[in-house]
Amino acid sequence: MTITTLKPETAAQVADAVRWALSAGEPLELLGSGSRRGLGRPVQAAHALDLSALSGVIAYEPEELVLTALAGTPMDEIRALLAERGQHLAFEPPAPVVKGGGAKGGGTLGGLIACGLAGPRRIAAGSARDHTLGIAGVSGRGEAYKGGGKVVKNVTGYDMPKLMAGSFGTLTALTEITVKVLPAPEDTATLLLFGLDDAAAVAALDLALRSPYEVSGAAHLPAGIAARSAVAAVAGAGGAVTLVRVEGFGPSVAARVAMLREELSADAVLVRDDSLALWAEVRDAVWFGGRGTGGDARHLWKLSVPPSAGPATVDAIRRTLDVEVFYDWGGGLVWLTAPPDSATTIRGALSHGGHATLVRAPEAVRAAVEVFQPLPEPLMALTRRVKDSFDPKGILNPGRMHAGL
Amino acid sequence: MKMPVPDGGVIARRREIVEALRAIVPGEGVIVDENELRAYECDGLTAYRQLPMVAVLPSTVEQVSQVLKTCKAMGVKVVPRGAGTSLSGGALPLADGVLLGMGKFKRILDIDYANRCVTVQPGVTNLGISAAVAHEGFYYAPDPSSQIACTIGGNIAENSGGVHCLKYGLTTNNVLGLEMVLIDGTIVRLGGKHLDAGGYDLMGIITGSEGLLGVVTEVTVRILKKPATARAVLLGFPSSEQGGDCVAAIIAAGIIPGGMEMMDRPAIHAAEAFVHAGYPLDVEALLIVELDGPAAEVDHLIERVEAIARDNGACTARVSQSEEERLAFWAGRKAAFPAVGRISPDYYCMDGTIPRKALPRVLQRMQEMSDRCGLRVANVFHAGDGNLHPLILYDANKPGELEAAEAFGNDILRLCVEVGGVLTGEHGVGVEKRDLMTDQFDEADLQQQQRLKCAFDPDGLLNPGKVFPTLHRCAELGRLHVHQGELRFPDIPRF
Repeated sequence: MTITTLKPETAAQVADAVRWALSAGEPLELLGSGSRRGLGRPVQAAHALDLSALSGVIAYEPEELVLTALAGTPMDEIRALLAERGQHLAFEPPAPVVKGGGAKGGGTLGGLIACGLAGPRRIAAGSARDHTLGIAGVSGRGEAYKGGGKVVKNVTGYDMPKLMAGSFGTLTALTEITVKVLPAPEDTATLLLFGLDDAAAVAALDLALRSPYEVSGAAHLPAGIAARSAVAAVAGAGGAVTLVRVEGFGPSVAARVAMLREELSADAVLVRDDSLALWAEVRDAVWFGGRGTGGDARHLWKLSVPPSAGPATVDAIRRTLDVEVFYDWGGGLVWLTAPPDSATTIRGALSHGGHATLVRAPEAVRAAVEVFQPLPEPLMALTRRVKDSFDPKGILNPGRMHAGL
Repeated sequence: MKMPVPDGGVIARRREIVEALRAIVPGEGVIVDENELRAYECDGLTAYRQLPMVAVLPSTVEQVSQVLKTCKAMGVKVVPRGAGTSLSGGALPLADGVLLGMGKFKRILDIDYANRCVTVQPGVTNLGISAAVAHEGFYYAPDPSSQIACTIGGNIAENSGGVHCLKYGLTTNNVLGLEMVLIDGTIVRLGGKHLDAGGYDLMGIITGSEGLLGVVTEVTVRILKKPATARAVLLGFPSSEQGGDCVAAIIAAGIIPGGMEMMDRPAIHAAEAFVHAGYPLDVEALLIVELDGPAAEVDHLIERVEAIARDNGACTARVSQSEEERLAFWAGRKAAFPAVGRISPDYYCMDGTIPRKALPRVLQRMQEMSDRCGLRVANVFHAGDGNLHPLILYDANKPGELEAAEAFGNDILRLCVEVGGVLTGEHGVGVEKRDLMTDQFDEADLQQQQRLKCAFDPDGLLNPGKVFPTLHRCAELGRLHVHQGELRFPDIPRF
């Protein structure tokens, strides 16, 4: 329903725009490249605040492990710059998904951080929030402020950057972000275990994660999913495939693969390129439509649960729903496609703890269903007060996370 | 350093307040005797002391909830306290405040290897967590030097680090779940055994909030398997610049060591005289680089680090050949603070972070300041992450020296900010660095942080006088000035 798009070119203009919105009582929908617009509830706003003109890397110091960029800087640009120095964002950001519209590149840094996403390496390296060191932005009060710092170790004042990660633009229009960057692994390999059911697979992943071999990816693809992989060794396995990844220096990867292969009785090992290709599929959940697909009547969900409870949670859902799943994070992340109107059943199955997010569904559905797990009232009340402390008039992305917030 | 002026009206109601607390926490859980209250008059920052009005030691979450609710209803300030090892005065009591000691929350509630996490009460010590899982080869990674005494609740409050945090993260990167009580008595749970907590990252805000937002009553942390091997290299350099270059080159080579510690000449000499670790005495900078992980990796990286050190002008290089030798390398570094304590009646430990490339400049400027004020300084440095611990040597019995040491310390922290760093890397702001916050943050930055506090504690009753140099009322902070008819951004492109 966007009528006007405002495209500020400086942080000062962002503040001007928010102050105008405040005075006019007009909410704003915050956008980077718009590539993750389909994540969360649709924002009811006549005006969009397009932050993509705030683009450019301000400082990159590989030896200090920090990079500072304007929030609208394309991720493709950042990724390429880091790769030149053998570095990366260790939380393995997933590629954006644009429903029905095709991917607009890799999205922006601001969009990535605001959505607080992480890929398979989450189990070893943490999420976006663990790598967000500093921010500058404009609150819903129209005031420019900064938080955190531009060094990797800092406990001065409240950790505002963490609060921004995963706040979906509902607290602050970010204008500048400092992230921690780390050396990218020199080598990678993936052990494959064939034919395990979900419970046995998660038990095997547990064994791998309990080892001292610094496993950085632990996923399980049931037969129907594995068959759809573009990696021949996985698609051709003829059944379920369980994945254990190790990364690091060449001699270290070789040694750890040898030890894990024996301890897990692994069936095969994927080396560098196949391993990279496979984990990109896992990261982006490509088997569930991935980027740019429309028209899928099934809804895509993401469940964050205690890793050992992954299979039991899925079993409970399966009692009433026809779902297709695969597991990441050692069983702690369940990707799941389900028929429409499954929210109550899915959330009702979370008796072991955790929460469920509706990742992909038509806009009308996302407006009507709680996309993010409803919070217990004391926590929701606190959440509202936190929102009010940044954005008392509900100017920034109202309703994107929860109705009325 | 000024604390908020005690409220005479509250102190006059002391008897009534004590009665109300006794109705919640029976028996010896409420302390009013002056001699017993002495135990709480300061924390690790011993230069500041203040007896609390009363101390209360609850033993259940329900009691914590009732205590806070009652204090809010009576308008009484509350200072939460763990083991009291804060180096920044975070647990300094208030004359008109209740000291809320969490020492009775000592139980380990759940050890869950299948989810690689442990749930404990906040009074369990940092080392206590590692000890509880050691027999299975696990440990809790953040290792502040006070880990034998400091509690996990205090670690949450301060977002504690340690020598291994470049590779393994601070407290905030290792916490999965929290239960906390707000000042109105509400109990909220954040996260759990799953990795992504969901909702706003309130856990990220609570961690490092220095007891200003709530009282943590339960903590779930992730545990890691101990690395198979660890070896250390001891490197000496003719200048701190070369030492710093070596650190940068190690990181540029893609190596993130388990630990990377630097000491300057005064610290090396003090440590060597104390523990005879075998440190070279003819160098300006000593670097300990510890590699941990699978043996194949450690052996591979040790060779690379040695080569990098040679290229960067190391004049001594020794690789630990045994676990005993590795521990000997660390013995001097770990004893650096008491070692400095031996050569000076008192010392003042600072904690700033700088971009590592600024190290030579910062050390140079620090030496100039030292010459000017006549106080010596020794430096230990978490070199990997730029976290600097200057130790200022002084004698509290000499009139004016404490004040001179504090002034010197403040100048060092301002210098850290000036070169692009921050006031504190791991010790917290507390009362110690409170008045320097305006050097790092603008008024708008601090006001937004305080508005966030208002969302948790609208009456400003939790640990006031810490972190923020100026206290504002929430009503004042929340006031919104909207200018009607604001220009419709004539300069902003729109479509």
